[in-house]
Amino acid sequence: MNGRSGWTTFWRTVCGRAYPRVIGAQREKSWVFFEIFLPLLQVTAYVFIYRAIQAPPEFLGFVVLGGAMSAYWLNVLWSMASQLYWEKETGNLELYIVAPTSRMAILLGMALGGMFQTTLRAAAIITIGSLLFRVPMTATNVPVLLGVFLTTLVALYGLGMMLSSLFLFLGREASHFSELLQEPVSLVSGFYFPVRALGQVVAAAASALPITLGLDAMRQLLFPSMMENLRFLSAEVELAILAGSAAVFLFLAHRALAFFEKLARREGRLTVRGQ
Amino acid sequence: MQSDRRMHETWRSFRVAAWLGWQIESNWADPFVFAIYSLVKPLAGALILVFMYAVIAKGGVDSPLFPAVFVGNAMFIYVPAVLAGISWTIIDDREHYGMLKYVYTAPVSVFAYLIGRGVAKAAVATVVVVVTLLLGTVALRVPITLAGINGPLVVGALVSGCVMLSLFGILLGGVTLVTARHNYGVGEAVAGSLYLLCGVVFPLDTLPSWLGGVGRGIPITYWVEALRRALLGAGTPAFDGLSDGALLGVILGSTAVLAGLAVGTFRLAERRARARGLLDMQTMY
Repeated sequence: MNGRSGWTTFWRTVCGRAYPRVIGAQREKSWVFFEIFLPLLQVTAYVFIYRAIQAPPEFLGFVVLGGAMSAYWLNVLWSMASQLYWEKETGNLELYIVAPTSRMAILLGMALGGMFQTTLRAAAIITIGSLLFRVPMTATNVPVLLGVFLTTLVALYGLGMMLSSLFLFLGREASHFSELLQEPVSLVSGFYFPVRALGQVVAAAASALPITLGLDAMRQLLFPSMMENLRFLSAEVELAILAGSAAVFLFLAHRALAFFEKLARREGRLTVRGQ
Repeated sequence: MQSDRRMHETWRSFRVAAWLGWQIESNWADPFVFAIYSLVKPLAGALILVFMYAVIAKGGVDSPLFPAVFVGNAMFIYVPAVLAGISWTIIDDREHYGMLKYVYTAPVSVFAYLIGRGVAKAAVATVVVVVTLLLGTVALRVPITLAGINGPLVVGALVSGCVMLSLFGILLGGVTLVTARHNYGVGEAVAGSLYLLCGVVFPLDTLPSWLGGVGRGIPITYWVEALRRALLGAGTPAFDGLSDGALLGVILGSTAVLAGLAVGTFRLAERRARARGLLDMQTMY
Protein backbone atom coordinates (compact mmCIF):
# COMPACT_ATOMS: atom_id res chain seq x y z
CA MET A 1 0.00 0.00 0.00
CA ASN A 2 1.66 3.30 -0.98
CA GLY A 3 1.50 6.42 1.22
CA ARG A 4 -1.32 8.13 -0.61
CA SER A 5 -3.63 5.15 -0.89
CA GLY A 6 -2.77 4.29 2.74
CA TRP A 7 -4.11 7.67 3.88
CA THR A 8 -7.13 7.33 1.62
CA THR A 9 -7.94 3.96 3.17
CA PHE A 10 -7.37 5.41 6.65
CA TRP A 11 -9.83 8.26 6.13
CA ARG A 12 -12.35 6.10 4.33
CA THR A 13 -12.25 3.74 7.32
CA VAL A 14 -12.73 6.66 9.71
CA CYS A 15 -15.75 7.86 7.72
CA GLY A 16 -17.11 4.34 7.32
CA ARG A 17 -16.94 3.59 11.05
CA ALA A 18 -18.31 7.02 11.99
CA TYR A 19 -21.26 6.68 9.59
CA PRO A 20 -23.40 4.32 11.73
CA ARG A 21 -23.09 6.76 14.62
CA VAL A 22 -23.57 9.97 12.66
CA ILE A 23 -26.45 8.73 10.49
CA GLY A 24 -27.54 5.28 11.67
CA ALA A 25 -27.91 6.15 15.35
CA GLN A 26 -30.41 8.92 14.52
CA ARG A 27 -32.69 6.43 12.76
CA GLU A 28 -33.52 4.52 15.93
CA LYS A 29 -35.86 7.09 17.44
CA SER A 30 -36.43 5.16 20.67
CA TRP A 31 -32.68 5.17 21.34
CA VAL A 32 -32.47 8.92 20.75
CA PHE A 33 -35.34 9.33 23.21
CA PHE A 34 -33.79 7.10 25.88
CA GLU A 35 -30.33 8.64 25.50
CA ILE A 36 -31.79 12.06 26.25
CA PHE A 37 -34.50 10.98 28.66
CA LEU A 38 -32.39 8.80 30.99
CA PRO A 39 -29.74 11.42 31.86
CA LEU A 40 -32.54 14.00 32.16
CA LEU A 41 -34.29 11.81 34.74
CA GLN A 42 -31.10 11.68 36.81
CA VAL A 43 -30.58 15.42 36.37
CA THR A 44 -34.18 16.14 37.43
CA ALA A 45 -33.88 13.99 40.56
CA TYR A 46 -30.68 15.78 41.60
CA VAL A 47 -32.17 19.20 40.78
CA PHE A 48 -35.03 18.45 43.18
CA ILE A 49 -32.55 17.41 45.88
CA TYR A 50 -30.84 20.80 45.55
CA ARG A 51 -34.23 22.50 45.57
CA ALA A 52 -35.23 20.60 48.70
CA ILE A 53 -32.13 21.87 50.53
CA GLN A 54 -32.52 25.38 49.08
CA ALA A 55 -29.27 25.47 47.12
CA PRO A 56 -28.48 28.59 45.05
CA PRO A 57 -29.82 28.33 41.44
CA GLU A 58 -26.26 27.99 40.08
CA PHE A 59 -26.14 24.51 41.63
CA LEU A 60 -29.00 23.49 39.37
CA GLY A 61 -26.72 24.56 36.53
CA PHE A 62 -23.92 22.39 37.93
CA VAL A 63 -26.28 19.41 37.79
CA VAL A 64 -27.54 20.16 34.26
CA LEU A 65 -23.98 20.55 32.97
CA GLY A 66 -22.91 17.39 34.82
CA GLY A 67 -25.84 15.51 33.31
CA ALA A 68 -24.92 16.63 29.80
CA MET A 69 -21.29 15.63 30.30
CA SER A 70 -22.38 12.30 31.78
CA ALA A 71 -23.86 11.50 28.35
CA TYR A 72 -20.29 11.70 26.96
CA TRP A 73 -18.92 9.52 29.73
CA LEU A 74 -21.64 6.90 29.14
CA ASN A 75 -20.91 7.02 25.43
CA VAL A 76 -17.19 6.53 26.07
CA LEU A 77 -17.90 3.58 28.38
CA TRP A 78 -20.58 1.77 26.40
CA SER A 79 -19.84 2.77 22.80
CA MET A 80 -16.06 3.14 22.88
CA ALA A 81 -14.55 1.05 25.66
CA SER A 82 -17.00 -1.88 25.37
CA GLN A 83 -17.35 -1.68 21.60
CA LEU A 84 -14.63 -4.12 20.55
CA TYR A 85 -15.97 -6.57 23.14
CA TRP A 86 -19.46 -6.33 21.57
CA GLU A 87 -17.93 -6.68 18.11
CA LYS A 88 -16.26 -9.86 19.33
CA GLU A 89 -19.56 -11.17 20.72
CA THR A 90 -21.44 -10.47 17.48
CA GLY A 91 -18.71 -11.87 15.25
CA ASN A 92 -17.62 -8.58 13.64
CA LEU A 93 -14.20 -8.39 15.25
CA GLU A 94 -12.69 -10.98 12.93
CA LEU A 95 -13.78 -8.83 9.98
CA TYR A 96 -12.06 -5.79 11.50
CA ILE A 97 -8.88 -7.78 11.99
CA VAL A 98 -8.74 -9.20 8.45
CA ALA A 99 -9.73 -5.91 6.77
CA PRO A 100 -6.80 -4.19 5.01
CA THR A 101 -6.97 -1.07 7.18
CA SER A 102 -5.64 0.46 10.36
CA ARG A 103 -7.36 -0.47 13.61
CA MET A 104 -6.60 3.07 14.85
CA ALA A 105 -8.74 4.37 11.98
CA ILE A 106 -11.60 2.19 13.19
CA LEU A 107 -11.23 3.52 16.74
CA LEU A 108 -10.96 7.11 15.48
CA GLY A 109 -14.12 6.66 13.40
CA MET A 110 -15.93 5.29 16.44
CA ALA A 111 -14.72 8.25 18.51
CA LEU A 112 -15.65 10.95 16.00
CA GLY A 113 -19.04 9.37 15.33
CA GLY A 114 -19.63 8.99 19.07
CA MET A 115 -18.73 12.64 19.70
CA PHE A 116 -21.22 13.81 17.08
CA GLN A 117 -23.95 11.46 18.24
CA THR A 118 -23.52 12.43 21.89
CA THR A 119 -23.22 16.16 21.20
CA LEU A 120 -26.77 16.12 19.81
CA ARG A 121 -27.99 14.40 23.00
CA ALA A 122 -25.92 16.61 25.34
CA ALA A 123 -27.19 19.75 23.59
CA ALA A 124 -30.76 18.54 24.10
CA ILE A 125 -30.09 17.84 27.80
CA ILE A 126 -28.56 21.31 28.32
CA THR A 127 -31.35 23.06 26.42
CA ILE A 128 -34.23 21.19 28.07
CA GLY A 129 -32.58 21.28 31.53
CA SER A 130 -31.80 25.01 31.35
CA LEU A 131 -35.29 25.93 30.17
CA LEU A 132 -37.07 23.59 32.56
CA PHE A 133 -35.16 24.67 35.66
CA ARG A 134 -34.35 28.27 34.60
CA VAL A 135 -30.61 27.88 35.05
CA PRO A 136 -28.75 31.24 35.15
CA MET A 137 -25.84 30.50 32.76
CA THR A 138 -23.52 33.24 31.46
CA ALA A 139 -20.52 32.35 29.32
CA THR A 140 -17.73 34.76 30.34
CA ASN A 141 -15.11 33.68 27.82
CA VAL A 142 -16.58 31.80 24.87
CA PRO A 143 -13.31 30.94 23.06
CA VAL A 144 -11.75 29.46 26.23
CA LEU A 145 -15.01 27.66 27.03
CA LEU A 146 -15.05 26.16 23.55
CA GLY A 147 -11.37 25.26 23.89
CA VAL A 148 -11.95 23.52 27.23
CA PHE A 149 -14.96 21.63 25.85
CA LEU A 150 -13.20 20.39 22.72
CA THR A 151 -9.98 19.50 24.54
CA THR A 152 -12.01 17.59 27.14
CA LEU A 153 -13.70 15.63 24.37
CA VAL A 154 -10.39 14.79 22.65
CA ALA A 155 -8.86 13.63 25.95
CA LEU A 156 -11.99 11.74 26.95
CA TYR A 157 -12.32 9.88 23.67
CA GLY A 158 -8.56 9.25 23.69
CA LEU A 159 -9.12 7.54 27.04
CA GLY A 160 -12.05 5.64 25.47
CA MET A 161 -9.84 4.46 22.59
CA MET A 162 -7.28 3.26 25.09
CA LEU A 163 -9.90 1.44 27.16
CA SER A 164 -11.38 -0.26 24.10
CA SER A 165 -8.04 -2.01 23.54
CA LEU A 166 -8.07 -3.17 27.14
CA PHE A 167 -11.65 -4.44 26.74
CA LEU A 168 -10.47 -6.50 23.76
CA PHE A 169 -8.90 -8.72 26.34
CA LEU A 170 -11.94 -8.97 28.64
CA GLY A 171 -14.71 -11.56 28.64
CA ARG A 172 -18.03 -11.31 30.46
CA GLU A 173 -16.50 -8.95 32.99
CA ALA A 174 -16.49 -6.22 30.30
CA SER A 175 -20.05 -5.05 30.92
CA HIS A 176 -19.58 -5.32 34.70
CA PHE A 177 -16.43 -3.22 34.38
CA SER A 178 -18.33 -0.55 32.45
CA GLU A 179 -21.08 -0.58 35.07
CA LEU A 180 -18.44 -0.23 37.75
CA LEU A 181 -17.07 2.90 36.11
CA GLN A 182 -20.41 4.74 36.04
CA GLU A 183 -21.41 5.92 39.55
CA PRO A 184 -17.90 5.92 41.05
CA VAL A 185 -16.70 8.21 38.26
CA SER A 186 -19.81 10.40 38.69
CA LEU A 187 -18.75 10.67 42.32
CA VAL A 188 -15.04 11.35 42.02
CA SER A 189 -15.34 13.59 38.95
CA GLY A 190 -17.96 15.76 40.66
CA PHE A 191 -20.69 15.38 38.04
CA TYR A 192 -23.29 16.82 40.42
CA PHE A 193 -21.23 18.96 42.82
CA PRO A 194 -17.90 20.82 42.61
CA VAL A 195 -15.05 18.30 42.77
CA ARG A 196 -13.25 20.41 45.37
CA ALA A 197 -15.76 19.16 47.95
CA LEU A 198 -13.92 15.82 47.84
CA GLY A 199 -10.70 17.44 49.10
CA GLN A 200 -7.55 18.37 47.21
CA VAL A 201 -6.01 14.88 47.23
CA VAL A 202 -9.05 13.07 45.81
CA ALA A 203 -9.67 15.89 43.32
CA ALA A 204 -6.04 15.70 42.17
CA ALA A 205 -6.29 11.92 41.74
CA ALA A 206 -9.61 12.26 39.92
CA SER A 207 -7.95 14.72 37.52
CA ALA A 208 -6.52 11.68 35.73
CA LEU A 209 -10.00 11.49 34.21
CA PRO A 210 -10.35 14.35 31.71
CA ILE A 211 -14.00 14.93 32.54
CA THR A 212 -13.08 16.04 36.09
CA LEU A 213 -11.01 19.02 35.00
CA GLY A 214 -13.23 19.70 31.99
CA LEU A 215 -16.32 20.01 34.18
CA ASP A 216 -14.55 22.16 36.76
CA ALA A 217 -13.21 24.52 34.10
CA MET A 218 -16.54 24.77 32.27
CA ARG A 219 -18.35 25.52 35.53
CA GLN A 220 -15.84 28.31 36.24
CA LEU A 221 -16.51 29.81 32.83
CA LEU A 222 -20.30 29.50 33.04
CA PHE A 223 -20.89 30.31 36.73
CA PRO A 224 -17.88 32.52 37.59
CA SER A 225 -19.12 34.15 40.80
CA MET A 226 -20.41 30.90 42.35
CA MET A 227 -17.24 28.99 41.43
CA GLU A 228 -14.89 31.64 42.84
CA ASN A 229 -14.59 29.75 46.13
CA LEU A 230 -15.42 26.30 44.81
CA ARG A 231 -12.95 25.87 41.95
CA PHE A 232 -10.23 23.24 42.07
CA LEU A 233 -7.60 24.85 39.78
CA SER A 234 -7.86 27.87 37.50
CA ALA A 235 -9.55 27.22 34.14
CA GLU A 236 -6.32 28.07 32.24
CA VAL A 237 -4.27 25.54 34.22
CA GLU A 238 -6.98 22.92 33.77
CA LEU A 239 -7.02 23.58 30.01
CA ALA A 240 -3.26 23.08 29.83
CA ILE A 241 -3.47 19.79 31.77
CA LEU A 242 -6.33 18.64 29.55
CA ALA A 243 -4.28 19.35 26.43
CA GLY A 244 -1.41 17.31 27.86
CA SER A 245 -3.65 14.40 28.82
CA ALA A 246 -5.28 14.42 25.37
CA ALA A 247 -1.86 13.87 23.78
CA VAL A 248 -0.92 11.21 26.35
CA PHE A 249 -4.18 9.26 25.96
CA LEU A 250 -4.00 9.27 22.16
CA PHE A 251 -0.41 8.02 22.30
CA LEU A 252 -1.31 5.36 24.89
CA ALA A 253 -4.34 4.30 22.83
CA HIS A 254 -2.04 3.62 19.88
CA ARG A 255 0.39 1.60 21.99
CA ALA A 256 -2.32 -0.23 23.93
CA LEU A 257 -4.08 -1.32 20.75
CA ALA A 258 -0.93 -2.96 19.40
CA PHE A 259 -0.09 -4.53 22.75
CA PHE A 260 -3.50 -5.96 23.63
CA GLU A 261 -4.22 -7.11 20.09
CA LYS A 262 -0.98 -9.09 20.12
CA LEU A 263 -1.75 -10.49 23.55
CA ALA A 264 -5.32 -11.42 22.60
CA ARG A 265 -4.08 -13.13 19.41
CA ARG A 266 -1.51 -15.11 21.36
CA GLU A 267 -4.05 -16.23 23.96
CA GLY A 268 -6.70 -16.94 21.34
CA ARG A 269 -9.20 -14.46 22.77
CA LEU A 270 -10.06 -12.57 19.59
CA THR A 271 -12.77 -14.99 18.50
CA VAL A 272 -13.92 -16.41 21.84
CA ARG A 273 -17.58 -15.60 22.55
CA GLY A 274 -19.82 -15.85 25.59
CA GLN A 275 -16.78 -16.20 27.83
CA MET B 1 -52.88 -34.72 42.69
CA GLN B 2 -52.60 -32.38 39.73
CA SER B 3 -52.20 -29.40 42.03
CA ASP B 4 -49.41 -31.26 43.84
CA ARG B 5 -47.64 -31.85 40.56
CA ARG B 6 -48.07 -28.20 39.62
CA MET B 7 -46.69 -27.05 42.96
CA HIS B 8 -43.73 -29.36 42.53
CA GLU B 9 -43.10 -28.06 39.02
CA THR B 10 -43.36 -24.45 40.18
CA TRP B 11 -40.96 -25.02 43.06
CA ARG B 12 -38.48 -26.88 40.84
CA SER B 13 -38.61 -24.11 38.19
CA PHE B 14 -38.03 -21.47 40.84
CA ARG B 15 -35.18 -23.33 42.52
CA VAL B 16 -33.32 -24.13 39.31
CA ALA B 17 -33.85 -20.61 37.94
CA ALA B 18 -32.52 -19.10 41.16
CA TRP B 19 -29.41 -21.29 40.95
CA LEU B 20 -28.96 -20.43 37.25
CA GLY B 21 -29.45 -16.72 37.98
CA TRP B 22 -26.81 -16.87 40.69
CA GLN B 23 -24.33 -18.61 38.38
CA ILE B 24 -24.86 -16.07 35.58
CA GLU B 25 -24.67 -13.22 38.05
CA SER B 26 -21.56 -14.28 39.90
CA ASN B 27 -19.41 -16.90 38.20
CA TRP B 28 -17.51 -14.52 35.95
CA ALA B 29 -15.27 -13.47 38.83
CA ASP B 30 -13.92 -14.76 42.12
CA PRO B 31 -16.06 -13.92 45.18
CA PHE B 32 -13.86 -11.03 46.34
CA VAL B 33 -13.87 -9.27 42.97
CA PHE B 34 -17.60 -9.96 42.65
CA ALA B 35 -18.22 -8.40 46.08
CA ILE B 36 -16.25 -5.30 45.12
CA TYR B 37 -18.11 -4.91 41.84
CA SER B 38 -21.46 -5.37 43.60
CA LEU B 39 -20.77 -2.88 46.38
CA VAL B 40 -18.85 -0.06 44.74
CA LYS B 41 -21.56 1.18 42.40
CA PRO B 42 -24.40 1.61 44.93
CA LEU B 43 -22.06 2.95 47.60
CA ALA B 44 -20.78 5.56 45.17
CA GLY B 45 -24.39 6.50 44.41
CA ALA B 46 -25.05 7.00 48.13
CA LEU B 47 -21.88 9.06 48.53
CA ILE B 48 -22.95 11.40 45.72
CA LEU B 49 -25.95 12.31 47.90
CA VAL B 50 -23.69 12.72 50.92
CA PHE B 51 -21.46 15.21 49.13
CA MET B 52 -24.40 17.11 47.66
CA TYR B 53 -25.65 17.58 51.22
CA ALA B 54 -22.18 18.31 52.56
CA VAL B 55 -21.64 21.12 50.05
CA ILE B 56 -24.98 22.85 50.45
CA ALA B 57 -27.28 21.82 53.28
CA LYS B 58 -26.99 23.70 56.54
CA GLY B 59 -25.35 21.23 58.91
CA GLY B 60 -24.34 18.96 56.00
CA VAL B 61 -25.31 15.37 56.70
CA ASP B 62 -26.73 16.48 60.08
CA SER B 63 -29.54 18.19 58.16
CA PRO B 64 -32.89 16.79 59.44
CA LEU B 65 -33.80 15.74 55.89
CA PHE B 66 -30.70 13.62 55.35
CA PRO B 67 -31.58 10.37 57.23
CA ALA B 68 -34.88 9.96 55.34
CA VAL B 69 -33.14 10.65 52.05
CA PHE B 70 -30.29 8.26 52.82
CA VAL B 71 -32.59 5.41 53.87
CA GLY B 72 -34.88 6.02 50.86
CA ASN B 73 -31.90 5.85 48.53
CA ALA B 74 -30.54 2.71 50.21
CA MET B 75 -33.87 0.83 50.04
CA PHE B 76 -34.40 1.88 46.43
CA ILE B 77 -31.43 -0.36 45.53
CA TYR B 78 -34.02 -3.18 45.51
CA VAL B 79 -36.12 -1.54 42.81
CA PRO B 80 -33.83 -1.71 39.75
CA ALA B 81 -32.38 -4.99 41.03
CA VAL B 82 -35.69 -6.88 41.24
CA LEU B 83 -37.79 -5.01 38.70
CA ALA B 84 -35.25 -4.64 35.91
CA GLY B 85 -33.57 -7.94 36.89
CA ILE B 86 -36.68 -9.99 36.09
CA SER B 87 -37.46 -8.22 32.82
CA TRP B 88 -33.80 -8.39 31.80
CA THR B 89 -34.03 -12.20 31.94
CA ILE B 90 -36.25 -12.07 28.84
CA ILE B 91 -33.61 -10.12 26.90
CA ASP B 92 -30.71 -12.16 28.23
CA ASP B 93 -32.31 -15.52 27.48
CA ARG B 94 -33.78 -14.53 24.15
CA GLU B 95 -31.07 -12.34 22.64
CA HIS B 96 -27.85 -13.24 24.39
CA TYR B 97 -28.04 -16.93 25.23
CA GLY B 98 -30.79 -17.86 22.74
CA MET B 99 -32.45 -20.04 25.41
CA LEU B 100 -35.92 -18.53 25.84
CA LYS B 101 -37.47 -20.85 23.25
CA TYR B 102 -36.10 -23.85 25.18
CA VAL B 103 -37.60 -22.52 28.42
CA TYR B 104 -40.96 -22.50 26.64
CA THR B 105 -40.51 -26.01 25.29
CA ALA B 106 -39.56 -27.43 28.73
CA PRO B 107 -42.01 -28.35 31.52
CA VAL B 108 -41.30 -25.10 33.33
CA SER B 109 -43.53 -22.55 35.05
CA VAL B 110 -42.50 -19.32 33.30
CA PHE B 111 -43.53 -17.07 36.19
CA ALA B 112 -41.59 -19.17 38.71
CA TYR B 113 -38.65 -19.22 36.33
CA LEU B 114 -38.64 -15.42 35.90
CA ILE B 115 -39.00 -14.73 39.60
CA GLY B 116 -36.29 -17.30 40.35
CA ARG B 117 -33.92 -15.55 37.97
CA GLY B 118 -34.59 -12.32 39.86
CA VAL B 119 -33.71 -13.89 43.21
CA ALA B 120 -29.95 -13.70 42.65
CA LYS B 121 -30.13 -9.96 42.03
CA ALA B 122 -32.40 -9.51 45.05
CA ALA B 123 -29.93 -11.45 47.23
CA VAL B 124 -27.03 -9.27 46.08
CA ALA B 125 -29.21 -6.17 46.60
CA THR B 126 -29.95 -7.27 50.18
CA VAL B 127 -26.24 -7.41 51.00
CA VAL B 128 -25.67 -4.03 49.36
CA VAL B 129 -28.60 -2.44 51.24
CA VAL B 130 -27.28 -3.76 54.56
CA VAL B 131 -23.74 -2.48 53.84
CA THR B 132 -25.10 0.92 52.74
CA LEU B 133 -27.22 1.25 55.88
CA LEU B 134 -24.24 0.23 58.04
CA LEU B 135 -22.12 2.88 56.33
CA GLY B 136 -24.83 5.45 57.03
CA THR B 137 -25.18 4.43 60.66
CA VAL B 138 -21.49 4.18 61.48
CA ALA B 139 -19.94 6.93 59.38
CA LEU B 140 -22.76 9.41 58.74
CA ARG B 141 -24.72 9.30 61.99
CA VAL B 142 -27.95 8.14 60.36
CA PRO B 143 -30.02 7.39 63.48
CA ILE B 144 -30.81 3.68 63.01
CA THR B 145 -30.58 1.71 66.25
CA LEU B 146 -31.46 -1.95 66.88
CA ALA B 147 -33.84 -0.89 69.65
CA GLY B 148 -35.54 1.64 67.42
CA ILE B 149 -36.21 -0.66 64.47
CA ASN B 150 -39.85 -1.68 64.04
CA GLY B 151 -39.25 -5.38 63.21
CA PRO B 152 -42.77 -6.38 62.11
CA LEU B 153 -43.04 -3.33 59.86
CA VAL B 154 -39.62 -4.04 58.31
CA VAL B 155 -40.55 -7.67 57.58
CA GLY B 156 -44.06 -6.81 56.38
CA ALA B 157 -42.87 -4.01 54.12
CA LEU B 158 -39.90 -5.97 52.78
CA VAL B 159 -41.85 -9.12 51.97
CA SER B 160 -44.83 -7.34 50.41
CA GLY B 161 -42.46 -4.95 48.64
CA CYS B 162 -40.45 -7.78 47.08
CA VAL B 163 -43.67 -9.43 45.84
CA MET B 164 -44.83 -6.07 44.46
CA LEU B 165 -41.51 -5.44 42.71
CA SER B 166 -41.48 -8.96 41.26
CA LEU B 167 -44.94 -8.31 39.81
CA PHE B 168 -43.72 -5.02 38.34
CA GLY B 169 -40.83 -7.03 36.86
CA ILE B 170 -43.23 -9.52 35.27
CA LEU B 171 -45.32 -6.67 33.86
CA LEU B 172 -42.19 -5.17 32.36
CA GLY B 173 -41.10 -8.62 31.17
CA GLY B 174 -44.36 -8.85 29.21
CA VAL B 175 -43.63 -5.53 27.53
CA THR B 176 -40.09 -6.73 26.78
CA LEU B 177 -41.42 -9.92 25.17
CA VAL B 178 -43.13 -7.98 22.39
CA THR B 179 -40.59 -5.21 21.83
CA ALA B 180 -37.26 -5.12 20.04
CA ARG B 181 -34.31 -2.81 20.38
CA HIS B 182 -36.03 -0.63 23.01
CA ASN B 183 -35.43 -3.25 25.69
CA TYR B 184 -32.23 -1.83 27.09
CA GLY B 185 -33.77 1.52 27.87
CA VAL B 186 -37.13 0.38 29.21
CA GLY B 187 -35.94 -1.09 32.54
CA GLU B 188 -33.65 1.85 33.25
CA ALA B 189 -36.29 4.40 32.24
CA VAL B 190 -38.89 2.84 34.52
CA ALA B 191 -36.46 2.57 37.45
CA GLY B 192 -35.23 6.15 36.84
CA SER B 193 -38.77 7.50 36.67
CA LEU B 194 -39.69 5.74 39.91
CA TYR B 195 -36.56 7.20 41.57
CA LEU B 196 -37.80 10.66 40.65
CA LEU B 197 -41.55 10.26 41.18
CA CYS B 198 -41.56 8.25 44.42
CA GLY B 199 -39.77 10.94 46.44
CA VAL B 200 -36.87 8.63 47.15
CA VAL B 201 -34.21 11.31 47.62
CA PHE B 202 -36.28 14.40 48.43
CA PRO B 203 -39.65 15.04 50.09
CA LEU B 204 -42.52 14.42 47.67
CA ASP B 205 -43.80 17.97 48.31
CA THR B 206 -40.71 19.33 46.52
CA LEU B 207 -42.10 18.10 43.20
CA PRO B 208 -44.64 20.25 41.34
CA SER B 209 -48.10 19.27 42.66
CA TRP B 210 -49.12 17.35 39.53
CA LEU B 211 -45.93 15.28 39.58
CA GLY B 212 -46.31 14.75 43.33
CA GLY B 213 -49.83 13.48 42.58
CA VAL B 214 -48.41 10.94 40.14
CA GLY B 215 -45.93 9.88 42.84
CA ARG B 216 -48.76 9.34 45.32
CA GLY B 217 -50.40 7.01 42.83
CA ILE B 218 -47.39 4.67 42.77
CA PRO B 219 -47.28 1.99 45.49
CA ILE B 220 -43.46 2.08 45.68
CA THR B 221 -43.77 5.57 47.24
CA TYR B 222 -45.64 4.03 50.20
CA TRP B 223 -43.20 1.14 50.38
CA VAL B 224 -40.21 3.51 50.71
CA GLU B 225 -42.10 5.54 53.31
CA ALA B 226 -42.98 2.40 55.33
CA LEU B 227 -39.33 1.35 55.38
CA ARG B 228 -38.24 4.82 56.50
CA ARG B 229 -40.65 4.64 59.41
CA ALA B 230 -39.61 1.07 60.23
CA LEU B 231 -35.90 1.92 60.35
CA LEU B 232 -35.83 5.53 61.54
CA GLY B 233 -39.01 5.68 63.60
CA ALA B 234 -40.23 8.58 61.47
CA GLY B 235 -41.00 9.17 57.82
CA THR B 236 -41.53 12.31 55.78
CA PRO B 237 -44.20 14.94 56.60
CA ALA B 238 -46.03 14.23 53.32
CA PHE B 239 -47.50 11.01 54.81
CA ASP B 240 -48.10 12.16 58.40
CA GLY B 241 -51.81 11.44 58.03
CA LEU B 242 -51.27 7.73 57.29
CA SER B 243 -50.73 5.18 60.05
CA ASP B 244 -48.23 2.32 59.63
CA GLY B 245 -51.14 -0.09 59.13
CA ALA B 246 -52.64 2.14 56.46
CA LEU B 247 -49.29 2.24 54.64
CA LEU B 248 -49.07 -1.56 54.69
CA GLY B 249 -52.70 -1.74 53.57
CA VAL B 250 -51.94 0.47 50.55
CA ILE B 251 -48.93 -1.73 49.67
CA LEU B 252 -50.88 -5.00 50.02
CA GLY B 253 -53.96 -3.71 48.18
CA SER B 254 -51.96 -2.36 45.26
CA THR B 255 -49.94 -5.60 45.15
CA ALA B 256 -53.19 -7.56 44.75
CA VAL B 257 -54.31 -5.28 41.90
CA LEU B 258 -50.86 -5.45 40.35
CA ALA B 259 -50.90 -9.26 40.46
CA GLY B 260 -53.92 -9.38 38.16
CA LEU B 261 -52.52 -6.69 35.90
CA ALA B 262 -49.05 -8.24 35.65
CA VAL B 263 -50.22 -11.81 34.98
CA GLY B 264 -52.85 -10.61 32.49
CA THR B 265 -50.40 -8.39 30.61
CA PHE B 266 -47.72 -11.07 30.53
CA ARG B 267 -50.13 -13.73 29.21
CA LEU B 268 -51.38 -11.32 26.55
CA ALA B 269 -47.82 -10.43 25.53
CA GLU B 270 -46.90 -14.11 25.49
CA ARG B 271 -49.76 -14.93 23.10
CA ARG B 272 -48.77 -12.05 20.86
CA ALA B 273 -45.10 -13.09 20.94
CA ARG B 274 -46.01 -16.66 19.96
CA ALA B 275 -48.29 -15.44 17.17
CA ARG B 276 -45.64 -13.12 15.75
CA GLY B 277 -42.71 -15.50 16.24
CA LEU B 278 -40.95 -13.21 18.75
CA LEU B 279 -39.97 -15.84 21.32
CA ASP B 280 -36.70 -16.56 19.55
CA MET B 281 -36.17 -13.11 18.04
CA GLN B 282 -32.50 -12.13 17.57
CA THR B 283 -32.14 -8.41 16.81
CA MET B 284 -28.33 -8.40 17.28
CA TYR B 285 -28.59 -5.23 19.34
